[in-house]
Amino acid sequence: MVRLPYVTALTTLFSYGLLFAFGQLRDFFRKIIDWFKSTSKDLKGYAPICLGLEDFYTRRLYLRIQDCFSRPIASAPDAWFDVVERYSKDNNKTLHRTSKTSKCLNLGSYNYLGFAAADEYCTPRVIESLKKYSPSTCSIRVDGGTTDLHTELEFLVARFVGKPAAITFGMGYVTNSAIIPVLIGKGGLIISDSLNHNSIVNGARGSGAAVRVFQHNNAPHLEEVLREQIAEGQPRTHRPWKKIIVIVEGIYSMEGELCQLPEIIAVCKKYKVYTYLDEAHSIGAVGKSGKGVCELLGVDPADVDIMMGTFTKSFGSCGGYIAASKEIVQYLKHACPAQLYATSMSPPAVQQVISALKVILGEDGSSRGAQKLAQIRENSNFFRSELKKMGFEVLGDNDSPVMPIMLYNPAKIPAFSRDCLKQNVAVVTVAFPATPLLLARARICISAAHSREDLLKGLEVISKVGDLVGIKYFPAEPPKHGHQAHKKVD
Amino acid sequence: MASAVVNIATAALDWVAVAFDAPFAGAVVFGVHINGHLVAEVLLIAVLLFQLTRKSYKPPKKPLTEKEIDDLCEEWVPEPLHPPITKEMKVEPPTIESAAGPHTIIEGKEVVNFASANYLGLIGNENIIDSCVASLEKYGVGSCSSRVFYGTTNDHIDCETRIAKFMSTPDSILYSYGISAIFSVIPAFCKKGDIIVADEGVHWGVQNGLHLSRSTVVYFKHNDMASLESTLEKLTNKKAEKVRRYIVVEALYQNSGQIAPLNSIVRLKEKYHFRVILEESHSFGVLGNTGRGLTEHYGIPIEKIDIITAGMGNALATDGGFCTGSGRVVDHQRLNGSGYVFSASLPPYLANAAIAAVNYLEDNPSVLTVLRRNISLVWEGLSDVPGLTMASDPLSPIVILKLKNSTGSLKSDLELLNKIVERVLVEDSILIVSTKRSVLDKCRLPVGIRLFVSAGHNESDIKKVSESLRRVACENWPDIA
Repeated sequence: MVRLPYVTALTTLFSYGLLFAFGQLRDFFRKIIDWFKSTSKDLKGYAPICLGLEDFYTRRLYLRIQDCFSRPIASAPDAWFDVVERYSKDNNKTLHRTSKTSKCLNLGSYNYLGFAAADEYCTPRVIESLKKYSPSTCSIRVDGGTTDLHTELEFLVARFVGKPAAITFGMGYVTNSAIIPVLIGKGGLIISDSLNHNSIVNGARGSGAAVRVFQHNNAPHLEEVLREQIAEGQPRTHRPWKKIIVIVEGIYSMEGELCQLPEIIAVCKKYKVYTYLDEAHSIGAVGKSGKGVCELLGVDPADVDIMMGTFTKSFGSCGGYIAASKEIVQYLKHACPAQLYATSMSPPAVQQVISALKVILGEDGSSRGAQKLAQIRENSNFFRSELKKMGFEVLGDNDSPVMPIMLYNPAKIPAFSRDCLKQNVAVVTVAFPATPLLLARARICISAAHSREDLLKGLEVISKVGDLVGIKYFPAEPPKHGHQAHKKVD
Repeated sequence: MASAVVNIATAALDWVAVAFDAPFAGAVVFGVHINGHLVAEVLLIAVLLFQLTRKSYKPPKKPLTEKEIDDLCEEWVPEPLHPPITKEMKVEPPTIESAAGPHTIIEGKEVVNFASANYLGLIGNENIIDSCVASLEKYGVGSCSSRVFYGTTNDHIDCETRIAKFMSTPDSILYSYGISAIFSVIPAFCKKGDIIVADEGVHWGVQNGLHLSRSTVVYFKHNDMASLESTLEKLTNKKAEKVRRYIVVEALYQNSGQIAPLNSIVRLKEKYHFRVILEESHSFGVLGNTGRGLTEHYGIPIEKIDIITAGMGNALATDGGFCTGSGRVVDHQRLNGSGYVFSASLPPYLANAAIAAVNYLEDNPSVLTVLRRNISLVWEGLSDVPGLTMASDPLSPIVILKLKNSTGSLKSDLELLNKIVERVLVEDSILIVSTKRSVLDKCRLPVGIRLFVSAGHNESDIKKVSESLRRVACENWPDIA
């Protein structure tokens, strides 16, 4: 839970107000200058392609701090990577790459188990499959796009997650947007957590069903909403709902919090509603053997009706999957638009996931999988506790590898990002519209590839920059000098 | 008569006045003389106050009690998540055991493959595979991040610049999946209140984008310019300066194989002040003398088309999609394209494959001549198959054959076509496919058999497929043959 100090809220609102006022002033002058210049004949009779305030945010606020986003890299997104240096001649409006790079500590990529770079087990197999199957099948799954690799992957994913069957897609975003409309349509109800991802929101909107929101991670409120909705029925006609699906995520990427799955599942079973769990960030990253939130919180996978996940984060590949009962998967294979209209997943990417799963399950003949899982758990807990000790406001639960550090004020976003980069630490800062207006944050993603020295360097730099920028909102724990000396020796 | 009534009234009033005056006559309270009328007024005010404090009459509202809600929840029975599984849902597609090139292996047997949209025959190309290997060794497979947060590699930016240079536009933007390009672009530029005129034969990706944009969508008859003109005529009464208006068409429709007449569309667009969004997934790398798409095919300068999107999973034999247009169009999508911002970026090796494919296309435009020759050979071989007729454009690499006489329902048509397709595969080892329609698809065009012709096919492949289809069709409709 975010505890926003009163003074901080006021200063943040004041900063945004100032930025908004300046932006409007510049827009006003721009309108006058444009009025003097003759408008080009091409656009006569057309409305401008971006209307009014739609790109006000882009033009007046985002462009000022554009150098903190979309930083190109020149090497694999491993624990350390090369960030390309950029310069701008027109005050950040356009950025140009140089050929110079700086080696930075990577605290921003979703590389939870360290499969991002070339891996000793996975990469030779991926190259072999590339030479055999070439980069793409150029075909949809139901035509000629199903290779034996795809079938093998679906069996392996189903076995890993603990469900009877699974189906895979080429992109995680499309998985949500194309599956939800197939499962539920007009006359149904979707109840989704208030902080769900954009792909779920798009899928829910595209389905035509009614959508209600319940307070983030609040099982009693979910029960309240369910009782009210079932008793009332559809709006205006009061007919009973055809079916109800509750959609939650395993780890919420902007908060780093785990879902309160056991309570929510208990409520859903009581009221006979279906559950849909999106494990994009938690599959492979949490749980004793990497099987996700269900394993960590002790929920039987058979209790969740549909489990969805992506291969981008923990497996170093691309694509998404859905695991459910055999009948549902058979129906989806037949009816889902992403199977019938979209190119199938690239075969080398499929092989990468198969190899990564084998490493995690220990079926490659080594214990690297178990080592990686233990490493990421240890790294996350260590980093989070150290940050909290320093006085930062860190969100998220223990065991979750995602750690947002609250910044609040819009001016601190570029300050934090640029100062960290100067000291060779690459962090990710997120602001409106991905988060609420007042709650800008820096989001740290820990990986199993980080060693203890990397984490200590990261902590040192963040602490220094934190003092400079002024984001240590809580009192720091007094350093225990004797103990610290002992720790360094160890 | 009247005076008598007046007299009686006056007498009555006097009597009332006396009755009231009597008890209070002469009373003085706080210096105010209490007269009879004051009493009447005080009584009136008391009655008014009394009425105001009464509750107004409303039918009593009885909210449901907890027990009643419990009962309703117990009684409610949801529908199952999936409809009953039918026989056709259990059919599995054929599993391919090698690269999906013109010749592939299914269940150990070599099969001629007409089911891959591998138009330029780039599957198995050595240069592309070598550049992918180099990229895999450097970057691994995935980029592990969104484009906005360290998911941009030099390869992505190079790919965007290469495509923009090839299409002669200022800039382009890469999406990580072919189908997500179009359904991210449309909602980024069209909001509630805008007007979109779309062809009724567009594929599901476009339909989804139109639905998500929440604008007013009007469909016109498939590839019919007269219908388009009359629809545009009907919609030109709104204020042009405030409302954005778009025409959405595909260059080569994958549902019907028809090619959109871009010259008429551009003429209409300029007459009625609409913008054009062109979906070029199946025409990029295919139409035009050097493969630059429909604009080159018709000789129209590319600045006249506002937004062009394409998936790279067809001619370019890689994965992903791109969108190109003016600088303003592309920049706007970097913050507002949902498939760009909220999704991981394209794996770097696929971006490399795209650059290599575009380089190949620019260096070898003769591959397009080979493709065109193959398409005309297919037309020659299949134009007189009994029971089936050619339904696509003679220049389209997607050759569609539909039933001469439909059986009446879409379902039985598909059953018949699937039977033919299966026999061709089992008896003659040739992989062709029928149209696939999802339950969510709004398109109502007729179904048919599809062949994807590639520049990698040789003459004997094409002869084989013509003979095989003709034979199976003759056996299916012996009375027509």
